Amino acid sequence: MMNAEEIYNLLKEKFGEAVIGLEKENPTEPIITASPLQIHKISEFLRDNDQLKFDSLMCLSGVDDANGEKIKEEDGSEIIKGGTLSVYYHLHSVSLKHKITLKVSAPREEPKVESVENVWKCADWHEREAFDLVGIVFLNHPDLRRILMPYDWDEFSEEISRHPLRKDYKNPEFYQGMKIPY
Amino acid sequence: MGLLDKEFSEGNIVITNVDDLLNWARLSSIWQLGFGLACCAIEMMATSMSHYDFDRFGVIPRNTPRQADAIIISGTVTLKMAIRIKRLYEQMPDPKYIISMGSCANCGGPYWEHGYHVLKGIDRVIPVDVYVPGCPPRPEALLEGLLKLQDKIRNESLRKKSA
Repeated sequence: MMNAEEIYNLLKEKFGEAVIGLEKENPTEPIITASPLQIHKISEFLRDNDQLKFDSLMCLSGVDDANGEKIKEEDGSEIIKGGTLSVYYHLHSVSLKHKITLKVSAPREEPKVESVENVWKCADWHEREAFDLVGIVFLNHPDLRRILMPYDWDEFSEEISRHPLRKDYKNPEFYQGMKIPY
Repeated sequence: MGLLDKEFSEGNIVITNVDDLLNWARLSSIWQLGFGLACCAIEMMATSMSHYDFDRFGVIPRNTPRQADAIIISGTVTLKMAIRIKRLYEQMPDPKYIISMGSCANCGGPYWEHGYHVLKGIDRVIPVDVYVPGCPPRPEALLEGLLKLQDKIRNESLRKKSA
């Protein structure tokens, strides 16, 4: 069983620049931040290393950090330029009984993150959900389709209406002839 | 009921008109499409169980739209589902009836403002005969809705369908 600081030191020693930092001051749990384009090999190491043995990905979440520049539109709504979108990985080791949270942040305009689908199989649908609702693109994912919204959603919506859990999302007027607003 | 009032005192002859007879037959065996969407569907199933016994009104679930008379929209209708519901409705033979059950199916319910994926009322897609309010409606409310639908069918005429 290892605590977050020990896990972070182990990762830092192994991967250097790819592991960015450790957020310890969070009220909830310590979070290790990593590079979005190196997360696959870090994940593999976390799963296979004898001291870590993170065999379970409890949850994978896509988050809109909304930390970019907020631009007011004419109708009073805001759109966000710049900043990041993040993916959080909550890992648990069943055999060693320890947990850790990982975070990767990718630029909002080009949110590309490596898929961990072939490290933990359950990441498949989680990543599809993060792609569907937040718009994060998972590289090397075998089947990156929408999972909840209709498959043809893009045809009926503009750029700003693609991914509904983004903070500057605007609902389209119509989908397949059905009015959406109340 | 209308039908039995006109029975002759002797013999087994009943005189009625075609409208009344067809309406009586229709309203006494409303076969609903076996179809449920969300938490309202749980109440709908409870209504079908022995305690409330939908069957005493002639309502039994039918697992194909081609042999169903009514469809109870029991729950939140997402945009994705609305397309499927429309197709199911179109597959049902006339005369067909729709009960919209619960706030979600009536008008979007709690998803009226931020439900980006919710159709704000099934009546935007298919014509509704009876709206049952509630979130979810208790079985008594659904039964009341069914009685309202029966009333509606009772007053129909061959010449003109009201829905």
